Amino acid sequence: MKFRLDRDVLADAVAWTARTLPNRPTVPVLAGLRIDASDGQVSFSSFDYEVSGRVSLDADVADGGTVLVSGRLLADIAKSLPNKPVDLHSDGSKVTITCGSARFTLLTLPVEEYPELPELPAASGTIEGTAFAEAVAQVAVAAGKDDMLPTLTGIRIEIEGEKVTLAATDRYRMAVRELTWQPGRPDLSAIALVPARTLVDAAKTLASSGQVTVALGGDSGDSLIGVAAGGRHTTSRLIDGEWVPNYRRIFPTETATVARVEISTLIESVKRVALVAERNTPVRLSFDEGQVVLEAGSGEDAQASEALQAEVDGPAIATGFNPTYLLDGLQALGTTFAHLSFTETPMKPVVIQGVDSAESEPDGGYRYLAMPIRLSG
Amino acid sequence: MRVLHLDLDAFFASVEQRDKPSLRGRPVIVGGIGPRGVVSTASYEARTFGVRSAMSMSEARARCPHAAYLAGRFAVYREVSEFVMDQLRAISPLLEPLSLDEAFVDLGGSDLPDLSPGPVRKLADDLRATIRARTGVTASVGVASSKLMAKIASEQAKPDGMVVIEPGAELDVLHPLSVRALPGVGPATAARLARLGVKTVGDLARITEPDLVDLVGAAHGGMLHRLARARDERAVSTERESKSISVEDTFDRDVTDPTLLAALVTRLAEKLAERMNASGHSGRTITLKTRLHDFTTLSRSATLPAPTDDPRTVSRVASRLLSEIDVTGGVRLLGVGVSGLSDWVQDDLFGTEPEAAEDPGERSAGGFVGVRTDGASGEDAPADAVPSDGDRAGDVRVGELLHETQAWVPGMDVVHDEHGPGWVWGSGLGRVTVRFETAGTPPGPVRTFAADDPALSPARPHPQALSE
Repeated sequence: MKFRLDRDVLADAVAWTARTLPNRPTVPVLAGLRIDASDGQVSFSSFDYEVSGRVSLDADVADGGTVLVSGRLLADIAKSLPNKPVDLHSDGSKVTITCGSARFTLLTLPVEEYPELPELPAASGTIEGTAFAEAVAQVAVAAGKDDMLPTLTGIRIEIEGEKVTLAATDRYRMAVRELTWQPGRPDLSAIALVPARTLVDAAKTLASSGQVTVALGGDSGDSLIGVAAGGRHTTSRLIDGEWVPNYRRIFPTETATVARVEISTLIESVKRVALVAERNTPVRLSFDEGQVVLEAGSGEDAQASEALQAEVDGPAIATGFNPTYLLDGLQALGTTFAHLSFTETPMKPVVIQGVDSAESEPDGGYRYLAMPIRLSG
Repeated sequence: MRVLHLDLDAFFASVEQRDKPSLRGRPVIVGGIGPRGVVSTASYEARTFGVRSAMSMSEARARCPHAAYLAGRFAVYREVSEFVMDQLRAISPLLEPLSLDEAFVDLGGSDLPDLSPGPVRKLADDLRATIRARTGVTASVGVASSKLMAKIASEQAKPDGMVVIEPGAELDVLHPLSVRALPGVGPATAARLARLGVKTVGDLARITEPDLVDLVGAAHGGMLHRLARARDERAVSTERESKSISVEDTFDRDVTDPTLLAALVTRLAEKLAERMNASGHSGRTITLKTRLHDFTTLSRSATLPAPTDDPRTVSRVASRLLSEIDVTGGVRLLGVGVSGLSDWVQDDLFGTEPEAAEDPGERSAGGFVGVRTDGASGEDAPADAVPSDGDRAGDVRVGELLHETQAWVPGMDVVHDEHGPGWVWGSGLGRVTVRFETAGTPPGPVRTFAADDPALSPARPHPQALSE
């Protein structure tokens, strides 16, 4: 095997492929990064049985071939090379990297022991990269991190023709984002549960590549998701098991009080007041005519309070939240104002949506639901 | 002369003797009546036979075979205790209850014009008289300058007495006592001290602080050095902040059936959640305690992202913790506890829904708890009724193991349609023997019935229990 690549192209490709390599691989070969070279094409791949990544590039290929080398080491080397063309060339059990006057020799790993990467499933549809990354990040804030509840560590993707609905919850809050895309066929209907971390990472790193292709499928039924753009693709196993059944019922159907508050002011205030809220004790919000009062701390502990201007329609309402849950939702909105709707009781979840002004109505595209805190007993 | 310590004399046993005239003057032992029970309280008559609290019931039976062995009626004890605590609170709001039958009062919060021995004696006399008249049990009272001395005084006053240790007399009272009289000196510390020839508090007072610290550690040594000089600055604290809440039970026989263990954990979790609710607490850390057949005691705990008081969450976590322990050899004791207490709860979004997230197939499998182990109760029962029969059979076994089934337990209050109120004297072999008497009657007659006699039913404690 022998080929030449630009230093930046190589470094980017290797860095992207190596980012999902396991820190402590269950088998040594999984620490490897596979390089395939053939007729004007070079590809770099990684796989840990859950997630695979692959970058294909045009390159000057002198000799085709396949090798497996330590991914971390290759990535470290690639990013430190001087800005000159890089030659890779394998000879028996060694790979030689030459760039300018720098020269590295790496041992190869047994490529015949390396697992076969899953095929990228056939495309289900396409979507603009930045829009997709933003939507995924907005719902991922609500995804669970407890591996004991694996289904809640996923983002649920529901496709109905042109409409895609992303949803995630960790039991305490739930985020739902609706968006449109270009489906492969108009009657496409599918549901998949994708590990949130993997999807966030894939969407973020492919965001700048224009249109992103999303593919659901896999050889053993609907077990795989692929996300591809600009010569790169990631596949991930889907999470087995049922997500929250009929989750839409959890959103309250009636609204008693609506409050609109400027988001950046509210975020700063929550952060300030939460300084005295040790270990996620609640921040209390009391909405009344024209204002919201934030408070935290109680009794003999440190206390804080602050009042902010707010447009409040409906009866006064006071309720408490885990400040982290509140901040996660507010920071995900990406608009100027937050629109909070409460039912008549502070025991039911609040629905937080983004609006552009203190007068606008939310479009329902992104909804963040947070369960309040109540006093026990 | 600020601190008053009150201790009800042989409290549980006294309440039983009050309500069961035939037991007055006789040895009475209240405790766990199962094969693995321990003594909660022994009456003074039983103590002369060497029966002590925390002794195993089997040892008590060996020492005092003719005593009355009763399971205890905690609702009644609680009622009497509340009355006593109310009396104390009326004297001074600075009340520190230590248990149902014991409390410290800071007389600094009372209306007494001064805390000199005269008025204090009068107050303590009146208190003891009221308690005796209204509850029928006697109390011993100690008054002194500190908690340490007040407690020692009430100990010396027992039973049914009062001791006031006047300021300046502390060391005369304290120094002849065994070191075991000091709080924090158990058998282990006492044995270490004995190696230095220290038997009495007076001996202890002659040991220098550095030597004590060498022997028992810095914190403990410093404290003993002070206590031996009757220096006790501990304030009567009205708020005893609980740090954890737990429920546990020892089973009469070791449990090996995993399905049954799971059901027991669920039931304990429910009981724990009831307690948490009653005290307005929530908690973040759930602990599962197991004592295995060989007395190995293992605890496992898990911390939630936010405090809970939901029995399902407690149960889910506790069951998961149980799965981490090898219980194949059998389990003697199970307990579920919670710590990291708060007064707020982060409910989850699915909380109000009836376990919608659970696989329905799994649930019906759980319903067969008892069927699989006990055999179905009737083959002609309609198919859809079987799971509920199974639930009931499983519940019964769980209830039995947790000692909460409605069996005829010795000492319990019953009422017979014809003979009126009485209490269970004994039961077994399908029969139950009842003595028909109450606090206000002379010792009554004993009659035996079939255990399923429809005329006999469990009764609420007799209403005259607390006389007006």
